[in-house]
Amino acid sequence: MTDRALSVVRAGALTTVQDGGRPGHAHLGVPRSGALDAPAAALVNRLVGNPPEAAVLETTLNGCALRPRRPVTVAVGGAPCPVTVDGRPVAWGAPVRVPAGALLDVGAAVRGVRSYVALSGGVAVEPVLGSRATDLLSGLGPPPLTDGTVLPLGPPVGSHACVDVAPQPAPPAELVLRVTLGPRDDWFTPAAAGTFTSRAYRVSAASNRIGLRTEGPALERAVGGELPSEGVVLGAVQVPPDGRPVVFLADHPTTGGYPVIAVVTAGDLPAAAQAVPGTPLRFVAVRRR
Amino acid sequence: MRVLPVGDRALLVEVSSGDEAQALHAELVRRRAEGSLTVREIVPAARTVLLDGLDDPVRLASELTATEVPVAPPRTGEVVELPVRYDGPDLADVAALWGMSEPEVARVHAGTEFLVAFCGFAPGFGYLTGLPPHLHVPRRTTPRTAVPAGSVALAGPYTGVYPHASPGGWQLIGTTGAVLWDHARVPAALLSPGTRVRFVPVGPS
Repeated sequence: MTDRALSVVRAGALTTVQDGGRPGHAHLGVPRSGALDAPAAALVNRLVGNPPEAAVLETTLNGCALRPRRPVTVAVGGAPCPVTVDGRPVAWGAPVRVPAGALLDVGAAVRGVRSYVALSGGVAVEPVLGSRATDLLSGLGPPPLTDGTVLPLGPPVGSHACVDVAPQPAPPAELVLRVTLGPRDDWFTPAAAGTFTSRAYRVSAASNRIGLRTEGPALERAVGGELPSEGVVLGAVQVPPDGRPVVFLADHPTTGGYPVIAVVTAGDLPAAAQAVPGTPLRFVAVRRR
Repeated sequence: MRVLPVGDRALLVEVSSGDEAQALHAELVRRRAEGSLTVREIVPAARTVLLDGLDDPVRLASELTATEVPVAPPRTGEVVELPVRYDGPDLADVAALWGMSEPEVARVHAGTEFLVAFCGFAPGFGYLTGLPPHLHVPRRTTPRTAVPAGSVALAGPYTGVYPHASPGGWQLIGTTGAVLWDHARVPAALLSPGTRVRFVPVGPS
């Protein structure tokens, strides 16, 4: 391995390599995967001069610490957090030069869940089906980072952006997810459909990259029995037998056997990626555009 | 045929049987190949085909509603042969359910031409149809926490092969050395929807 690499000093609770994922293979049982807060990943790439598809690191709640072997430009975005280089505070949400051998520490999220770390040149692990994303459901792509992992970096291609701080949406104090009902809303009682779009839910601590789990009133089924397995999309709100809606995120299974009561509008999913456990959650029905 | 909207960019097309789903899938794949259908994902399943990544799902929905379920095309594709040793821990249970001896189970299973109806559960896992209804078996009452890679298994109307070691509740009747999934290979999946499959017994059964 060349010295265009970085070593992982502190992997954090869950830090993975992410990019735009691997759509187009759902018929083979391959999840799409990719960064949960895609706009944040795209922004930090832009800040360091990477193309939008370059692989970044996605942290979970408590950040990570990295030591590059060569000088690199980094940008941290997504969930706001303290960032230091060799113990000295540096900017969050802006390009920062990290000298060779210095320790970049991405601290715990002050708000939100997932911070994104772009490094000039991008993380250059071997792609699988055209993507470097870690897929936690099926185990494709590199495993989650562990302390001591060495990650290769690609050659920088662009120059970093000239900004002090790029504006980014704040993690949600209340998560409002717009949904269009169907395809299986008729598997639930009319009362359940009303409950779903009018009552308060909370984001469950059991949420992960596969799904945003919820706490709140259970949704009652009108149709008993089993639904034959069918294809599911990103943002599908699946309702397992316990009646609590699960919003499918990037690592979701490509087929499923529980009825999908509604689908979340794609533009609302990045906020779902940043909602900490306990965040109040409402599903709001909108008409199909 | 029933066409259900799924969010803003997808449609779920529901038909009345697995055979119809396979025929519809083949037709939609053909339309995409000839350029008359633009879609990112075509995902067949038990009785549906999901179309995801559509620019104008409303227009396509009305087009599809107006068309008949296509007749299944003749199965002309190459047959993938999977060598199998009929030595699974549930072979005796399946023999009892089928009302025949273990060697007869092997003979009937290996004598059946299967078709990959759809994939899911894990990359490279195909749901293979072909067994007649009287040979459909229930899942195990208690799933195993670890099923070895290459296990040939039965559940409901389906036969499947576990691509990797994983938990699973299907009835295990044998083992294959075939590599179902290798992401360094092109194609990575040995079995994809529409593939014809035969199991070829190796060694004593």
